Amino acid sequence: MSIRVENLTKYYGPTAAVKDISFEINTGQIVGFLGPNGAGKSTTMKIITTYLTQNQGKVYVDGLDTEQKPIEVRKKIGYLPEQNPLYLDMNVIDYLKFAAELESVPKNEIESAVNKVVDLCGLQDVRHKDIGELSKGFKQRVGLAQAMVHNPEVLILDEPTSGLDPNQIIEIRKLIKQLGKQKTLVLSTHIMQEVEATCDRVLIINNGEIVADGSPDSLQDKFRGKVEINLVIKKDSIDKDLIERAIASISNVERARVTRTDDKTITLHVSAQKGHDVREDIFRKIVSMNLVLLGLHQEEKSLEDIFRLLTKN
Amino acid sequence: MNNILTIFKKEMKSYFSSPVAYIVLAVFLGITGWFFTSNLFLGGVVTMRNVFDIIPFIYLFFIPAITMRTFAEEKKSGTIELLLTKPVTDLEIVLGKFLAALSLTAIALLLTWTYVISLSFIGKLDFGAVTGAYLGLLLMAGIYISIGIFASSLTHNQVVAFIISFLIVFALFMLNKVLIFLPSGFASIFEYISIDYHFGNIARGVLDTRNLIYYLSGIVIFIVLTKTSLESRRWT
Repeated sequence: MSIRVENLTKYYGPTAAVKDISFEINTGQIVGFLGPNGAGKSTTMKIITTYLTQNQGKVYVDGLDTEQKPIEVRKKIGYLPEQNPLYLDMNVIDYLKFAAELESVPKNEIESAVNKVVDLCGLQDVRHKDIGELSKGFKQRVGLAQAMVHNPEVLILDEPTSGLDPNQIIEIRKLIKQLGKQKTLVLSTHIMQEVEATCDRVLIINNGEIVADGSPDSLQDKFRGKVEINLVIKKDSIDKDLIERAIASISNVERARVTRTDDKTITLHVSAQKGHDVREDIFRKIVSMNLVLLGLHQEEKSLEDIFRLLTKN
Repeated sequence: MNNILTIFKKEMKSYFSSPVAYIVLAVFLGITGWFFTSNLFLGGVVTMRNVFDIIPFIYLFFIPAITMRTFAEEKKSGTIELLLTKPVTDLEIVLGKFLAALSLTAIALLLTWTYVISLSFIGKLDFGAVTGAYLGLLLMAGIYISIGIFASSLTHNQVVAFIISFLIVFALFMLNKVLIFLPSGFASIFEYISIDYHFGNIARGVLDTRNLIYYLSGIVIFIVLTKTSLESRRWT
């Protein structure tokens, strides 16, 4: 079950929310749409789920054109919109049954389909409660259960963890990871940790355009700049300049500078050229100078830094 | 068909799980009951005419009140996105909601049969005319409801939906009462558009196809408008 988006463009009035984006998502991937608010993540999802139609471009879900065959496409997709679509005056079971009936789950299978998602989403204890009485975390789980009740092959979740407390977020992420094993799963978020924690692949979207596409690791590799290392050495009678010069003489090291000294330690900041691991050389150099190495830490450019770099306007 | 039934059942449930249905039914019966009894005991006449005359007036408020939430609430709470991304057509959603509101009105009308039955014990009643009038009232409700649902689909504010549908039904209702102010050429057109004019015929027990066509085409027009209004999300 794949989703293929080709040159998708969507205008709201004169402003383009999505500008000519193309990508393809294959079965069994958990893909994260990452981007600031208003980047076009929700709009893209709304077009894939046939809630909106595009101005230009094509979207295919399992080879079906979303404009030509919206009803067939909807049957294959489970969708949790950003604004969780709950009827607060209904109880959990009735709501899930209603969703199952709308998904044309056969009458004799509705009961078991509903029980299955109730178990999966941990809703056993609240099954007969009115949705309006539930906590935000449970509401979100009911929304997820609704999206999965017909066992769709594609799950599209728009900001599934927004507004939840840290414990609830971890629970929902666990659930998403578990679901991602069998389904094609697309989720959107503006929280970087979420992507790092759950996704196999990230599409960073900014101003309606895809600015980066890849696994969280490969993106880190790609956008890693100079290697920055912090070094802590035991204080010695040796001269500061001598250490700086010695380390700077290691090949690929561009610069070494003492940033701090106190009674016991000397701290240095070392920059090396992009893509070179100089940690071993530094270690050997320090040992050869009869100094004691107390700490060595290479700074990683986090996904968060990459995100900020790419979406800064 | 199944989908229409699913929506219909859900709507009926939500009418009766909230105070809405009970309040409107109580008010409906209260007002019609007052007109019924005052006519019977003060006037001493065995007729349903007063009740039938007042119901179109009650509809003016009653029907916008039961239809105002149909789409406005779904839009406000975001549940419209649930309905419109399920494998259900827009028309099925509109029809499910239309039939539910029509059924609630039919229940209100059915309850007024207690007046008809009590009258039948104390005097001679023209059942043909009474049945005709009820049919007319149901068709009239159909037009009002399709207008109300259309108004509700235009906004996510229930109060705005109520006011819009009230204004439309009020205008259609008043049309044949302002005929004297109009040039004679227009008068017949306005008379034909007026809801009340057609009811007048049916209430007298005359079931003319022209009246039926008027009501049914009105219902179809506003249901199609509602469907178009739902679809407009896609191209705006």
